[in-house]
Amino acid sequence: MATKTYNGHQVEVNDEGYMLDSDQWTRNIAIAIAKEEGLELSDKHFKVIDYIREKYRDGEALSLRRIGKSGIVDIKEFYQLFPGIPLKKATRIAGVPEPASCV
Amino acid sequence: MNSKNNHPLKKVLIICAKGSIEDVYAALVLANGAVMEGIETKLFFTFFGLDARTKNRMNKLHTATVGNPSLRMPGGLPFPTLMGLLPGVENGVSAMMKKQMENLDIPPVDEFFDMITAGGGEVYACKLGTGMFKLKKEDLTEHVKDIITVGDFYGLANGEGTQIIFT
Repeated sequence: MATKTYNGHQVEVNDEGYMLDSDQWTRNIAIAIAKEEGLELSDKHFKVIDYIREKYRDGEALSLRRIGKSGIVDIKEFYQLFPGIPLKKATRIAGVPEPASCV
Repeated sequence: MNSKNNHPLKKVLIICAKGSIEDVYAALVLANGAVMEGIETKLFFTFFGLDARTKNRMNKLHTATVGNPSLRMPGGLPFPTLMGLLPGVENGVSAMMKKQMENLDIPPVDEFFDMITAGGGEVYACKLGTGMFKLKKEDLTEHVKDIITVGDFYGLANGEGTQIIFT
């Protein structure tokens, strides 16, 4: 566990860099975490992030497939928006825990 | 662990040679999981595994109800092999397997291939296997990048941090 400062906000994160309290999240924090990942967030990124936060709030399990069926992005676009490890990157930027999904 | 001696996995080649639901899904879950982790992924189908890539068969895979000692009835009692012989039983068991997987958010075979290739994973079919089953490139789905030989396959396995997995 560690404390990080994003855009002047102190947030607690776990060893993998995921925020421990998703209520501390703001759009400015997301922009700062994305910068660490080498990403500049567009409106499209934020639409995906909002979707992830909404599903997390509803207690629904997140998976690559769910996001592909969200109606916001298909899976290919999701890989393009968050290159490399999309589900992990997107959830970290969205300030929610890392999903424990195999798909 | 000493991070200097820690060599992350960079590329996996996964071989699927069997065509039952569970054999094919084992390969697909491993492949999709690797793509999701940003690992370069190549899937190679041969022999009965080719059913998973054959257009008119891919979504009709079955679980064996005969000669499958691990198969259980709902509730956990052993599944009698003789029952597996009855018409319709294999269909029913297979449908149940698929339903269970759907509940866990595991997609049907063709959609799984969409997910893997959308993330940059590559799918190949074996030249020998396709020859044996008289399959041509057009019998296989569009996800199949190429029909290749064993030698070509090993040629794809170059580079540090590469592993070959036979499911």
